[in-house]
Amino acid sequence: MAGDRIAIQVRDLVVGFGNRVVIDHLSIDVREGEILGLVGASGGGKSVLMRTLIGLLPKQGGQIDFPASANGDVAGRGVLFQQGALFSALNARQNVQFPLREAAHLSPSLLDEIANAKLEMVGLSADDGDKFPAELSGGMTKRVALARALALDPALLFLDEPTSGLDPIAAGEFDALIRTLQRTLGFTVFMITHDLNTLAAVCDRVAALADGRIAALGPLQQVLKSDHPWVRAYFHGARAQMLHLDA
Amino acid sequence: MTDTPSLITTERGARALSASGAWTVANVEQLERLCAGVSPELKETIDLSGVTALDTVGAWLFEKLARGATGSSEAIFVGASPAYAGLLSEVRGLNRGEPGRKRRENAFVEWLTRMARDLVADSAAFLHMLGAISFALGRVLRRPRSFRLTPTVYQLGRVGWQAIPIMALITFLIGAIIAQQGIFHFRKFGAESYVVDMVGILVLREIGVLIVAIMVAGRSGSAYTAELGSMKMREEIDALSTMGLDPVSVLILPRVLALIVALPILAFLGSMAALYGGGLVAWLYGGMSPAIFIARLRDAVSVTHFEVGILKAPFMALVIGLVAACEGLKVKGSAESLGQQTTASVVKSIFLVIVLDGLFAVFFASIGM
Repeated sequence: MAGDRIAIQVRDLVVGFGNRVVIDHLSIDVREGEILGLVGASGGGKSVLMRTLIGLLPKQGGQIDFPASANGDVAGRGVLFQQGALFSALNARQNVQFPLREAAHLSPSLLDEIANAKLEMVGLSADDGDKFPAELSGGMTKRVALARALALDPALLFLDEPTSGLDPIAAGEFDALIRTLQRTLGFTVFMITHDLNTLAAVCDRVAALADGRIAALGPLQQVLKSDHPWVRAYFHGARAQMLHLDA
Repeated sequence: MTDTPSLITTERGARALSASGAWTVANVEQLERLCAGVSPELKETIDLSGVTALDTVGAWLFEKLARGATGSSEAIFVGASPAYAGLLSEVRGLNRGEPGRKRRENAFVEWLTRMARDLVADSAAFLHMLGAISFALGRVLRRPRSFRLTPTVYQLGRVGWQAIPIMALITFLIGAIIAQQGIFHFRKFGAESYVVDMVGILVLREIGVLIVAIMVAGRSGSAYTAELGSMKMREEIDALSTMGLDPVSVLILPRVLALIVALPILAFLGSMAALYGGGLVAWLYGGMSPAIFIARLRDAVSVTHFEVGILKAPFMALVIGLVAACEGLKVKGSAESLGQQTTASVVKSIFLVIVLDGLFAVFFASIGM
């Protein structure tokens, strides 16, 4: 249900380290309620862009606005880091409870119920909640991290390569999970991914980052037709051909 | 439109509840109070038309209200805005399973059984490690060329050579303190000269080796556990095994051997430092000239006392090394577990060193040493 309202508005964003400019006058709008997939070369600044949007990196110029949420407050966004970034000293349930505990004074029983509900939403059982991050498989770690990112029902969800390191079945399940939860809860997703299947199955729009700018933006079919050399190489290279994306 | 949540009873047809305001996590304290105040008979339908904001927490509270209804079935929601319908129907299916919570037994009994199980497991791991090290040592004795000399010497430098200054300083101070206390209290009976006997026997038989062993457990045992633990965490130990190398002979044997060689040397140096400290105090504080101190010391102690002390050192080193290796290999993936096992390593090895010292005391007494 991609609407016309803007969730993230980026104008002329410049980010760099020392003399090296990584993001060069980049502008993009993320619409409310859509799933936007960002592709780009390894080391090409995808993570830098996302970390700048989250506020983990300082920008050197330009503007980032979150028109939909009042002030882009922290509670309004959830982040799924590539390795999950679960707190290793807490079990899965406590990891999910952590943001809730910080945000409000919930009674312990309600806190448990909400955490179990969140774990169930991401396809885990309440028993999995007792496991510590070290005991979780890769797919489960991602699910718990997603549950934690969704703990406060954010309007905006950032996903950093959500399916990397998962086998195709687990990755497919995770794609379906994100799609279902997004339809149910109606949040906006900004996702970095290299997974061409994810792009095809989940993303409403795809943005291609090349040379620090958005080289192509639109639904996947439209981006596939782009003339930009890097975008062509990315989507029409040998590996992409194998997936018959053009068909 | 107000965002303050409310939950009021209406009498529209069936007995029904009407909710309004923002049912979100920000208002959760108020919401929990509202829900707790509702008596179960009053719920057949819940009117959500006044709800201005809803998140999972709010939806779950509605769901709990609905499930708590007394009646033939759960309460139904009416008037919810389409935007919330998805969330409400999602929540309908959640937490339906039987709570899988295990029945808690008596907490004390549980604690006792856990302690007993840990004790058995620890003892087994300790013996297993002893066996593995003996096996690795046996292999080295059969094929001396397979011995890893460089790491052993390196470890010897770390746990032996580099430890000398701090060990000497601490034992020097301990010896000085024992002498000072002895002189101060023995003076009342005019028995100051027996301080030499006390310092000599105490230091050579017990204090020298015990203090050094405890220091080594804290200094080197903890380092061994932390090293092996972080290697375990980063799968380095698994990598060694896949290359066909035995982690015990590559990593643990050199470390334990270095400890076994270093601890007697350190104990000897520590005992000398303690006697030196005692002699210095006897001279400066007790007015006993060094010549007299040495003459009395020669009368008071024999080589037997020194033997009793130094014989214990290699065994204490073995215990420290074994405990450090066992605890290091018990480290799991988390940073917290590394800290836990390092603490456990130091506590257990100090405890075992003291127990071992007690056993040796009984043994030496019974053979008349």
